[in-house]
Amino acid sequence: MSGPDRQSDPAAHRVQFLLDGKQVSLDDVDPTRTVLQYLREDLRRTGTKEGCAEGDCGACTVVLAEPHGAELRLRAINSCIQFLPTLHGKQLITVESLAGADGTLHPVQRAMLDCHGSQCGFCTPGIVMSLFALFKAQTGANRRDIDVALAGNLCRCTGYRPIVEAAGAMYQYAADNEQPDRGWMHRAGPAGDAEERALCRQLQALDGKASLALRSGERRYFAPRDIDTLAQLVSEHPQACILAGGTDVGLWVTKQYRELPTLIYVGEVAELRTVDERDDWLDIGAGVTLSDALVPIVAHYPAYEALFLRFASPPIRNAGTLGGNIANGSPIGDTMPALITLGTRLMLRKGGATRELALEDFYLAYQKTALQPGEFVSRIRIPLPSPGRAVRSYKISKRFDQDISAVCGAFSVELDGERVRDIRIAYGGLAATPKRAIACEQALLSRDWNEASVQGAMAALDRDYSPITDMRASDAYRRKVSKNLLYRFFLETSGATDGKSVYDWR
Amino acid sequence: MTGADHPGAWPKGGVGQALPHDSGHLHVTGGALYTDDIPEPRGLLHVAIGVSAKPHARLARVDLEPVREAPGVVAVLTADDIPGSNNFGPVLADDPIFAADEVQYVGQSMFAVAAQTVDQARRAARLARIDYTPLPAILDPEEALRQQSFVLPSASIRRGDSKAALRKAAHRLQGRLRLGGQDQFYLEGQIAMAVPQEDGDMLVYSSTQHPGEVQHKVAHALGKQAKDVVVECRRMGGAFGGKESQPALFACIAALVAQLTGRAAKLRLDRDDDMIVTGKRHDFVIRYDVGFDAVGRIEGIEFEYAARCGMSADLSGAVNDRTMFHCDNAYYLDNVTIVSHRCKTHTVSNTAFRGFGGPQGMFAIEYVIDEIARYLHVDPLDVRKTNFYGIGERNVTPYQQTVEDNILHDIVARLEADAEYAQRRDAINAFNAAGTLHKRGIALTPVKFGISFTATHLNQAGALLHVYTNGTVHLNHGGTEMGQGLFTKVAQVVAGELQIDIERIKITASDTSKVPNASATAASSGSDLNGKAAQAAARTIKDRLREFAAGHFEIAPEAVAFRRNEVQIGATRSIPFTELVNLAFFARVSLSATGFYRTPKIHYDRKTFSGRPFYYYAYGAAVAEVLIDTLTGEYRVLRVDILHDCGQSLNPAIDLGQVEGGFIQGMGWLTAEELWWNEQGELKTHAPSTYKIPVSSDVPIDFRVQLLESAANREETVYRSKAVGEPPLMLALSVFHALKDAVASVEDHALSPHLDAPATPEAVLNAIDALRARSAAKPERHTG
Repeated sequence: MSGPDRQSDPAAHRVQFLLDGKQVSLDDVDPTRTVLQYLREDLRRTGTKEGCAEGDCGACTVVLAEPHGAELRLRAINSCIQFLPTLHGKQLITVESLAGADGTLHPVQRAMLDCHGSQCGFCTPGIVMSLFALFKAQTGANRRDIDVALAGNLCRCTGYRPIVEAAGAMYQYAADNEQPDRGWMHRAGPAGDAEERALCRQLQALDGKASLALRSGERRYFAPRDIDTLAQLVSEHPQACILAGGTDVGLWVTKQYRELPTLIYVGEVAELRTVDERDDWLDIGAGVTLSDALVPIVAHYPAYEALFLRFASPPIRNAGTLGGNIANGSPIGDTMPALITLGTRLMLRKGGATRELALEDFYLAYQKTALQPGEFVSRIRIPLPSPGRAVRSYKISKRFDQDISAVCGAFSVELDGERVRDIRIAYGGLAATPKRAIACEQALLSRDWNEASVQGAMAALDRDYSPITDMRASDAYRRKVSKNLLYRFFLETSGATDGKSVYDWR
Repeated sequence: MTGADHPGAWPKGGVGQALPHDSGHLHVTGGALYTDDIPEPRGLLHVAIGVSAKPHARLARVDLEPVREAPGVVAVLTADDIPGSNNFGPVLADDPIFAADEVQYVGQSMFAVAAQTVDQARRAARLARIDYTPLPAILDPEEALRQQSFVLPSASIRRGDSKAALRKAAHRLQGRLRLGGQDQFYLEGQIAMAVPQEDGDMLVYSSTQHPGEVQHKVAHALGKQAKDVVVECRRMGGAFGGKESQPALFACIAALVAQLTGRAAKLRLDRDDDMIVTGKRHDFVIRYDVGFDAVGRIEGIEFEYAARCGMSADLSGAVNDRTMFHCDNAYYLDNVTIVSHRCKTHTVSNTAFRGFGGPQGMFAIEYVIDEIARYLHVDPLDVRKTNFYGIGERNVTPYQQTVEDNILHDIVARLEADAEYAQRRDAINAFNAAGTLHKRGIALTPVKFGISFTATHLNQAGALLHVYTNGTVHLNHGGTEMGQGLFTKVAQVVAGELQIDIERIKITASDTSKVPNASATAASSGSDLNGKAAQAAARTIKDRLREFAAGHFEIAPEAVAFRRNEVQIGATRSIPFTELVNLAFFARVSLSATGFYRTPKIHYDRKTFSGRPFYYYAYGAAVAEVLIDTLTGEYRVLRVDILHDCGQSLNPAIDLGQVEGGFIQGMGWLTAEELWWNEQGELKTHAPSTYKIPVSSDVPIDFRVQLLESAANREETVYRSKAVGEPPLMLALSVFHALKDAVASVEDHALSPHLDAPATPEAVLNAIDALRARSAAKPERHTG
């Protein structure tokens, strides 16, 4: 195998992608330049806006098209925190790309205009792009689909009602057969037609086979294609920053102005992008996006659907990875408590060696993990459901959508008759790391699953955690609500309530 | 009345039509140019500011050498580099552009750095070495009140004898409320670009609601005159009051850099800096003391408002005056004392935000009304109605203005019926009695909002209209476009007046060199003022054309009529508008005119707080229904019904957008939008990751908004329309009171819960737990 530094293919030093159907080839790309900076500053293509530079407002939303097997797949992402080299082999679609060559508005644009979906107009390009992604993902949408699609787009003027209306109406505009055909982008749903397949082939050719390796001044960027090369690169550059979706690393650059001299991008590593179902495990590659990883998890554990729908926003889930979410070591990652209670294990790779570690043992202290220099998370193994086990996870935040939790609690119980045979409880937001509630579990294990023992376990939570007060919640509320979440779990599993949350009311 | 004067008649795009926003097609295609999108002049420098890390401190040592030496840096500016006045304060000179010796809040501007790129400037700004000598900091309005720390003198309004009325009243309640502030969170952050012109003149592109003020502040800072500075703004990406006084700081800094370096300079704030550096809606501590009779009629009331103004006066004087003017909301207060303290704290200087103090005034009286109802065990809606301003009696406000246009009774009656308030109240009681973890609540709250700037002299506007020889029109006026659709509405007025299709009218950027001395586009007054001014300009031109046509065609001026791109010449002949314009041109008739308007009838004496500060009132009402989770305090707004008064709407689609958008913004203020400072005086909610404005899924599942029909303004406003920018925000008080109602149901409405705003899930759960504790401590319930 030829090492990434010894690439002879010149294309491997050039970022290549499509924009408006035209091939763009960039030499000497600064690896930490964002797609938004490239659009606004280099191309003077100013339709895409910066509202926050942290992926939380959606004004910068663009859509990436890329081959997914033989099909074309479109995903909305936040261009403000997406690094430019990650466009390699993809088609970049911006708000300027949508109208027909003759200026005919795209159905999304037409609907937004006719429904009075813009006031100041600054969020509008991002909203148009999120709705465009929805338009191409399905052939019709209900209010819930629309809310999910717009969870990452803030509008301060309209109150959203006309935007929601436009999202419903856009399909009618597309169905207007009087209009001449204006190409695949104007046809609703994943058409999978000849035009889209041709685009797929074009992108595959553009992508090439060589690993991308860039150097710009002191900054370096590697995008290996296979896990062995990745392992080798990480060993050779133990100080390198491993880049997956960039939904956190992007902020190190845009907000913290950190220097990242070496980036190793894992998004092209084939082995990290697979989801396998083994006998007892759901085996998820660390480079699988949250959007793709959450689907099989929810398929096995429907109780987590709401939790995962509330995980950040579609653009963040489309870019961010489950591996990144885990490896980043945030005290409040919303997937961790659930995954810990399921008994999730991590595969950690270093050089040629792989070791296995329980997720709950991965977190050592605030933003400190068990990863050694040169080591990376390669796979996440989530046990499949076992009969008789009830699981739930509840998230508490000020806002339902796209908020970081004040407290996130996860619960797993197995009963033997009335008796608790196995119990696993973990919380995020109560300590410096996501952490199991050992005292609380002890108060329940081998006891009867009833009001009295649960009340005792609620009290025991005070021995497990000493939460802090911050902008998300007071310590008192965190204590109180974490206990009440356990109580809710008890009520739901004992049939006292139907498990409907306030957000389920329609 | 001719057809030409009738709203909603011809031409295409005339008054009353639901046209889309004039820039809608540009918004959806990315073609609309905001300040940061304007092509940059050659050699443009990018500017970043260095800000204070301490709430109150002397600057013992400021070492900017590392900043100067950073890559790409071209210039570093401090207070010493300001040739003119080091102040951008709109009223008092207490807002330094660069703090020189002392800093008074975390985020206060101390210096600026100009570099080749945005990234270089921002990185360099972080390299300053500052030694602070800490001074005592007041971080809370309550503490400021204790220390009598004020930015402006306290003010009061007294009518009748509240003390005596309170003593005599059958029932009396007292309380203390905390009401949070709010960040404007316009999607486009603060920005200015200054471009040096010949002879030391300066052109500034500023995202501002008040180009005229930016012009003056920039001139003062540069040591120039107003004539030397031109400020332009085509549109803002949202403003909401946050771009009334605040943009002057950034425009001054960009202009100072441009003057010093001779190069164009742009200052665009990062979102976090924007939220840390700029002012917000004032948060309040409010005390009340109310006396009332057996049916809840208020006999005497005292309010004490303490507002967090921050470190300087900014617009806090007028904001707090408006709080005082709106502590009645829809209710007649006979014996009343209102005291307002303008507290000085070592936090960012708070400023204008949609409603401008009015929402906080209303919050207090609505809370009091709710308390009275719960004390008497009657429906709060009944107590509201009992206290409504009367028609012909009980109709004088505490500031001595007679409420002449009261339509509250009608609006509330219609909404109550349409929303099936009584039936739903019963259904909710039944649901709550079933005893699940979830509880429902409902509330109907009214809004009466005074329209006009309370500073009378600001109620004036100018417009400039050119008609070109091909019959197309250039329209300019002193108003600014921030998304509210002002430019569209004013163009509709001109289209209606000249009877030409709106496509013939070019709407142009606000520009201090076209219309001078314009007030801020604020106080909901944009269409009222600028619509009238543009109408006056159009009428001047129309009169000239009419007079010319009468002479040219030898008919009476009355026989000339403008109708849908045509001009009727007598009974039988009609010529295209363009043709008449062309004839007039060759006859040397001026085709350019200015228009001017000043609001009639208003007068007001600030010393006595009496007079007629408001030309008229805008009204509305809302019913909200919510569901809460009693284990967590989480909630969801299930249904909202709104009936709002826009007079005879100039554009029903735009007005509906203002009502819906204002309501949702108000809902954010009272629910999830929480500003949180730590004990070091640092704002920790300074980005969308930590400060949560509503998203799509927060919009009520069932959202029914209607504009009141056939509701012509009783005053002679432009086409009898009413202002609509601010009033709907306060309709969101219905959501807050529905939440309070749901909490009260936890103890079967036996006691009144205490709920602070914003009502986050934490606040709701705290209210539930406190209520349960009180109920447990007091087993003998009051049964009214």
